[in-house]
Amino acid sequence: MSPSVIEFRSVTKRYPDGTTAVDDFTYTIPARTTTVLVGSSGSGKTTVLRMINRMIDATEGQILIDGVDVANLDKVKLRRSIGYVLQAAGLLPHRKVIDNVATVPVLNGVPKAKARADALDLLDKVGLDRALAERYPRQLSGGQQQRVGVARALASDPNILLMDEPFGAVDPIVRADLQAELRRLQRELGKTIVFVTHDIDEAFALADQVVIFRKGGVIAQAGSPADILASPADDFVASFVGADSGKRRFRLENRGGHDILVDSSGRAAGVLVEADES
Amino acid sequence: MSWIFDNLDLIGRLTLEHVRLSVPPIVLGLIFAIPLGWFAYRFRLTRSVLLTAIGLLYTIPSLALFVILPPLLGIGFLSELNITIALTIYAVAILARSVTDALGAVDPDVRQSAIAIGYSGWRRFWGVELPLAGPIILAGLRVAAVSTVSLVTVGILVGVESLGYLFTNGLQRRIIAEVFAGVAMTVIVALLIDALLVLLGRALMPWTRADSRATPKVADPTRGAAA
Amino acid sequence: MNVFAEAIAWLFSAERLTGNNAIPVRLLEHVWFTVVSVSIAAAIAIPIGYLIGHTGRGRGLAVSISGAARALPSFGLILLLVLLAGTARASLAAIVAFVLLAVPSILAGAYAGIEAVDRKTVDAARAIGMTEWQILWRVEVPLGLPLLIGGIRNAVLQVVATVTLAAYVGLGGLGLYIFRGIPLRRYDEMLGSAILIVALALALDALFALAQRTVVPRGVIQGFATDLRASPSGRRAVVRKLTAD
Repeated sequence: MSPSVIEFRSVTKRYPDGTTAVDDFTYTIPARTTTVLVGSSGSGKTTVLRMINRMIDATEGQILIDGVDVANLDKVKLRRSIGYVLQAAGLLPHRKVIDNVATVPVLNGVPKAKARADALDLLDKVGLDRALAERYPRQLSGGQQQRVGVARALASDPNILLMDEPFGAVDPIVRADLQAELRRLQRELGKTIVFVTHDIDEAFALADQVVIFRKGGVIAQAGSPADILASPADDFVASFVGADSGKRRFRLENRGGHDILVDSSGRAAGVLVEADES
Repeated sequence: MSWIFDNLDLIGRLTLEHVRLSVPPIVLGLIFAIPLGWFAYRFRLTRSVLLTAIGLLYTIPSLALFVILPPLLGIGFLSELNITIALTIYAVAILARSVTDALGAVDPDVRQSAIAIGYSGWRRFWGVELPLAGPIILAGLRVAAVSTVSLVTVGILVGVESLGYLFTNGLQRRIIAEVFAGVAMTVIVALLIDALLVLLGRALMPWTRADSRATPKVADPTRGAAA
Repeated sequence: MNVFAEAIAWLFSAERLTGNNAIPVRLLEHVWFTVVSVSIAAAIAIPIGYLIGHTGRGRGLAVSISGAARALPSFGLILLLVLLAGTARASLAAIVAFVLLAVPSILAGAYAGIEAVDRKTVDAARAIGMTEWQILWRVEVPLGLPLLIGGIRNAVLQVVATVTLAAYVGLGGLGLYIFRGIPLRRYDEMLGSAILIVALALALDALFALAQRTVVPRGVIQGFATDLRASPSGRRAVVRKLTAD
């Protein structure tokens, strides 16, 4: 199985009306890791994501997957070889859950019975009860629909998984669940995941590396969550990650024999434990 | 085409007559449709029954209705009242549905905040809900108006003169230009009344005009570009 | 109410089943005109409507054509075309008129059906690698079918009403009895046939209402009733062209 590195070389996307969504973007997304693109709306992060499977074509520059320029690939084949999960799952409302999951293999010519059998296994993998297979998407909760969306994206066993604000429409508790589930899946599967969000906490929760965008599709800073927190490149990044507001600054206070982690406004945030205790 | 220039007086007289016959059903249709539409909107249990019944009226072919109404209401078969009532029924059929849809489309948050700031039911309906439902009701009114203008022509078959006279008379005398003039003038009257309603809507609902300026022309470029 | 009794007596009189003007003959004629015209209109309007709905191009044109067509007086249109074509080809001219009147509703039903499909669903279908053709046939067409059938339903009612008027130029159908009755003041005949015409319209309407229900994809059923209700009648108005000519 190829490792699937995604390389952006001076990629620019301009629209006919003159707006520049992405400007001279150069970045290499390492294989088998989770890269989170984060920024406010209009920062171009979604455009970057959608250029990978050519939902949007770049105006200038190249995007290479394992050294092959995607511009030279057939759009439809390219999209079928890449998993895609989007907000509110984007499931087909008139197809049962199982048929939604089996869509891409069936399009690729896998016999329907086999595709459906594989789809059932995938439901297990994303933590869904097999009993839901015969339901229609509307009969599922938002969180369940989102899991079906992930299962569908995994159905053709792609090396790359693109996730476009997939958990944006579910409530915070379910979102935390889905994030934990995604981390577990990623440990198991080792895909190249590109994840778009506007929520910096979600980015830090999932990312091996984070790319922070400013307006107009320009990288403000890229690196691991720890690197970014330790040394924000500038005020914009510091403010975006909240390093300047105090909510990410903690100090230790000893209370009754325990080391308590306290944030800069004095609220308790956690307890320090010995490494071997965890 | 010389027939048209020789008969401008006749065409003009019939056009005015046509407009005179078209206006009452449109106005009456709106007057009856508002309470009916409100009723269907407000009482969900009766909604489907009421709207289905009204929808069925709408499927009745006009000539059949012109024949059935007189004995039912005890009015003259060849009377203008027959046409006015029949066309009012069609207008109500279109508009009651529009009023129900329009009231249903009023933003619930706005309705809630109107209640919260102390609007009573009656004043809330006239001051908040009906104006906000206006644009959708207007869309229905435009359909009803154009249809009414077109249907008035059928009245000639039961002796009510309008531009429809040019159809039957033109056919009997085999004058293509006469029938053509009738069709063209009917379309023109319909489009003029339609344009008038649009202008009236803009005058009465100025906030709908601001809509196009308030919404940014350029959509978020990160989204939907491929759609 | 005496007139109604007479009308019913006329309708069920044994004479109605015999001769040139037997009701079954005229009824079949009426239905035949309707089926032929609506089929031709569908063959023209559905591909164009799907093209408009899928590509989003030409929508403005389609909307203005549908709007202008609504203003066309159908009675005048038939007489005009029959005069232009000559009495020998009156049937053909009438069918052309019926087709012209049926096309806008079906066109609107076809493109509105496709437009009503959530753009996110279409975007997702494209993102997972469906071709444009697959998106049309596997996503947009099945989800848009109820609105298409609704458009055909309106077209059928429109044509049934207009065929009634076509009897004025001697084309038969159920309108024949009304036009025969008017000069003779035969109110039983006029009223009886009017009742029959209404019954035909209601029966066809019910048939299509049923079809519309059956084609709603199962996964969409729960949302369907509310979707219809929530849609502003601006769109419904386009789809529900006036049928009462």
